[in-house]
Amino acid sequence: MPSADTEPSEVEPQSTPVDEAREALVESLRVELGPDLLQTHVAPGVDVWARVANDAWSTACNFLKNAQNYGFFDFLSAVDWLPSPYGRSHEAEVDVHLGSAESPSESWDSTIVTGYGGGETRFQALARVYSLSSHMGINLKADIDESMQIETIVDHYPGAAWHERECYEMFGIEFVGHEKLRNIYLPTGFEGNPLRKDYPLLARLIKPWPGIVDVEPMPEVAAPSLKNPDAEGTQP
Amino acid sequence: MSLSDQKLGDQRQLAYVAAQAADARVNVELEAEGMTLNIGPQHPATHGTLRIIVRLDGEQVIDADPVLGYMHRGYEKLTEVRTYPQVTTLINRIDWVGSFANEVPFILAAEQLMEIEAPARAQWIRTILFEMGRIANIVLFLGDMGVQLGAVTPMFYALRDRELILNQIEAATGGRFHPNFDRIGGVKDDLPAGWIAETKVALDKIRDFCDEVETLIVGNEIFEERTRGIGVIPADVGLSYGMTGANIRASGVDWDLRRDNPAGLPYDKVDWKVWTHPDGDSFARYWVRLQEVRESCSIVEQLLDSMPAGPIMAKVPRIIKVPEGEAYVATENPLGHMGYYVVSKGGLEPFRVKIRSASFSNMSITPWLLKGTYVPDVITILASLYFILGDLDR
Amino acid sequence: MSLLAIELAYWQITVIKLVFSIVAVLIPAGATVYLYLFKMVSFMQSRLGPMEAGPFGSLQLLAELGKSAQKEDIFPEKADRYVYAFAPYVVIVSSFLLVLVVPFGPNAMFANYDTGIFFALGVSSLSVIGILMAGWASASKYSMLGGLRAAGQLIAYELPMILAVVGVVIQAGTMNMQGIVTAQIEGEIFGMGALGNPFILTQFMGFLIFMVAVQAELTQTPFDMPIAESELVTGYMTEYSGFRFLMFFIGEFATANIFAFIASTLFLGGWSVPPFVTDMIGIEADSAWFDLLGPGVMAVKMLAITFVIYWVRFTYPRFREDQLQRLAWKLLIPLALVNIVATAVLKVVFV
Repeated sequence: MPSADTEPSEVEPQSTPVDEAREALVESLRVELGPDLLQTHVAPGVDVWARVANDAWSTACNFLKNAQNYGFFDFLSAVDWLPSPYGRSHEAEVDVHLGSAESPSESWDSTIVTGYGGGETRFQALARVYSLSSHMGINLKADIDESMQIETIVDHYPGAAWHERECYEMFGIEFVGHEKLRNIYLPTGFEGNPLRKDYPLLARLIKPWPGIVDVEPMPEVAAPSLKNPDAEGTQP
Repeated sequence: MSLSDQKLGDQRQLAYVAAQAADARVNVELEAEGMTLNIGPQHPATHGTLRIIVRLDGEQVIDADPVLGYMHRGYEKLTEVRTYPQVTTLINRIDWVGSFANEVPFILAAEQLMEIEAPARAQWIRTILFEMGRIANIVLFLGDMGVQLGAVTPMFYALRDRELILNQIEAATGGRFHPNFDRIGGVKDDLPAGWIAETKVALDKIRDFCDEVETLIVGNEIFEERTRGIGVIPADVGLSYGMTGANIRASGVDWDLRRDNPAGLPYDKVDWKVWTHPDGDSFARYWVRLQEVRESCSIVEQLLDSMPAGPIMAKVPRIIKVPEGEAYVATENPLGHMGYYVVSKGGLEPFRVKIRSASFSNMSITPWLLKGTYVPDVITILASLYFILGDLDR
Repeated sequence: MSLLAIELAYWQITVIKLVFSIVAVLIPAGATVYLYLFKMVSFMQSRLGPMEAGPFGSLQLLAELGKSAQKEDIFPEKADRYVYAFAPYVVIVSSFLLVLVVPFGPNAMFANYDTGIFFALGVSSLSVIGILMAGWASASKYSMLGGLRAAGQLIAYELPMILAVVGVVIQAGTMNMQGIVTAQIEGEIFGMGALGNPFILTQFMGFLIFMVAVQAELTQTPFDMPIAESELVTGYMTEYSGFRFLMFFIGEFATANIFAFIASTLFLGGWSVPPFVTDMIGIEADSAWFDLLGPGVMAVKMLAITFVIYWVRFTYPRFREDQLQRLAWKLLIPLALVNIVATAVLKVVFV
């Protein structure tokens, strides 16, 4: 056995559905932030999600780092919850309209459904910090409205600087207070924010991927193709 | 004037303007304090296409600014249009010298969302290959650090002995660099016959290599001179920069996800030790990695001995649909923590995958760390932080 | 030329000397590059080295020559063209000048200067000028840094080298290279003259300091910061290509050999063999036979010394610039001074 005390593993859920350590963390956040802690989600024995108000983003990080000993900065990113207007770019027949650069198909449902911790806006900032003393991480989320602005957390976690730059170029989120907010991967002057869902992946638009069709049958089996169930599996 | 002539004229005009601009830049530079030196994007020390703009006063660095993205491949976007099994092909290419390790956290995240657990034998095989990927990765580092400091010979020994591990990975998975072997719910195949004995031979060779390196490099006075006290990272600074892996353990932080959050991998079934070093300098980083290779050898050996029998795949549907949810799983990869934040909307492909790669966070400390060092130390520090370009740019 | 007992005109001797100087520079350079740089190092690094060109890759050098000669001679746009073009010649000329004073036999030498070793140490610094020229004229920051590093390093290591030689000069009582060899043949250690007195025995400290300084002068690892592939790409040679790069290359390795020649002259008895051997085969130590045998003896001694040079080169990591200066000023120079004092005292006491 490894020498130090081992935490319950992330994959196996504990037998009890109540995770006291994580609930306590959520409680302390609630006390600190008050109404700014909008919603939380605890997966017992696995992880915890907390959605804070946009204004409380930096405060929450400060609290976690300095009061709760969450000294390790894991990552910062964002999620664009808009369903992709370009479909799944998978099955060529299904997404046939993609060949012509037409706008979203009729079946496109633009309702935004957010994940754990809820949220109303299309974009959500997402950061994860970790405590070495309790070996627990927490995923922080914050809604980002049309102004596309959120405070920087570089003051608390200097490692966020590069992550925020990446997030800035990929989603177009402005981190207020970040001194060197410029592109990190993309060339200067790159237009668009590639990780937004409405940013087309051109290679896929030009030549849709055959998708799951590439599960090829063995030659002798000759199973009917998924793409075209009527055709007999004729091998070339 | 024909069109082509006009074009030629334009080009000349442009070239003239560019030359003038270059002259102006030189003049500005001569007036400004210090000299700007571009280390990279094509430079022997950046093993890839990292570019670091350093301002020098003599040979002392006033300011360092890494420029990334010469190899950015947009994997986070690409994962959104691939089914879960297809994603592993892609993420293999992130850290390309220990590639099997890239697949594991993603598969584990998907399994967590699907609430599947791979059978014990599959977990064993995963862990063995994971650790062999670590050996293949770090052995390269052990040689490469010598090259960066001017000792060419250890690199050849590293390449020679790494080959044995790669051969074993190839024998088991069919791919030397990009195994693409991990599957949701298990692994693709069982181990081939005779593999266990051959692997043990290879591991012995790696142990010999470690001893060789210990005498050739670690015991070398010049190496110590060059690395002791160079690029010291205090533990709390390293943590707030998101530094992980051997880099942070070399700063005295006793934290290894293999022990503390093994995510289902059977690390708690073997007897091993997490190595730390209190100094936090380049020497400590080298030393910790050297010990880790030895530790990995022993882990693999113990796992090979205790391999359980049984199936290698759990029952999974043929077309994998992952239920709605979010999961973050990180594992202790050769370079540090590699984590995947997977957002699923219940489809065939992930809705959003945030790839948390180790080198990106590890290297984000460089502007802070390189200030005030000398050019040779820049190379030492870059080498000792050990980044893989694919892991940095993704 | 007395061996052939033919009187030659001055111009004929000049032509012969010219041909032989080229032979003395290039053949050993080629031999050591193939033997050590290609083969020995390959075996040390568990690889085979060149195997395709000729038996065991022995013609590889010719292939490399051909390749380099074919390559484009690139001038960087902002380079100072004339200085840039001229720099490799300066470097290679310094190796040719060095070989002038090396005696290969009692009469087989190009020039017999009274202050031969002084001349050698003087012209060996000439290559610094070539390197600085290359570094400056390349209009590249890497070259510039490399050139400046080289200058600082070579100046720092000139001094220990000279001081190490001073011990030999005191003991031999002459600065003439031929005289130093003779002193070693005729020398005796505690009354035993069978070995002569190769100065490596009495001047061991001087030999060590000299070899370290040679390693630094040649910018070989662990003192190869001016080139430092992982830092400065290849330092002052970064922008060079084709034939000019080849000249730098030849200059580097030819100088290594010639320094090995000089070291064997100063410390290993030069072209001579120990007196008991000459007694055995029954020829006089200063007979004309040694004009023929001498070069062979020198070659063997040179190969022994270059072996050490390359062995060190491929074993050690490199120092940092400040560590290198510290080594020179704080260790080698005081040691060399102590060595001089000790030699002088012993000389006065015993003679």
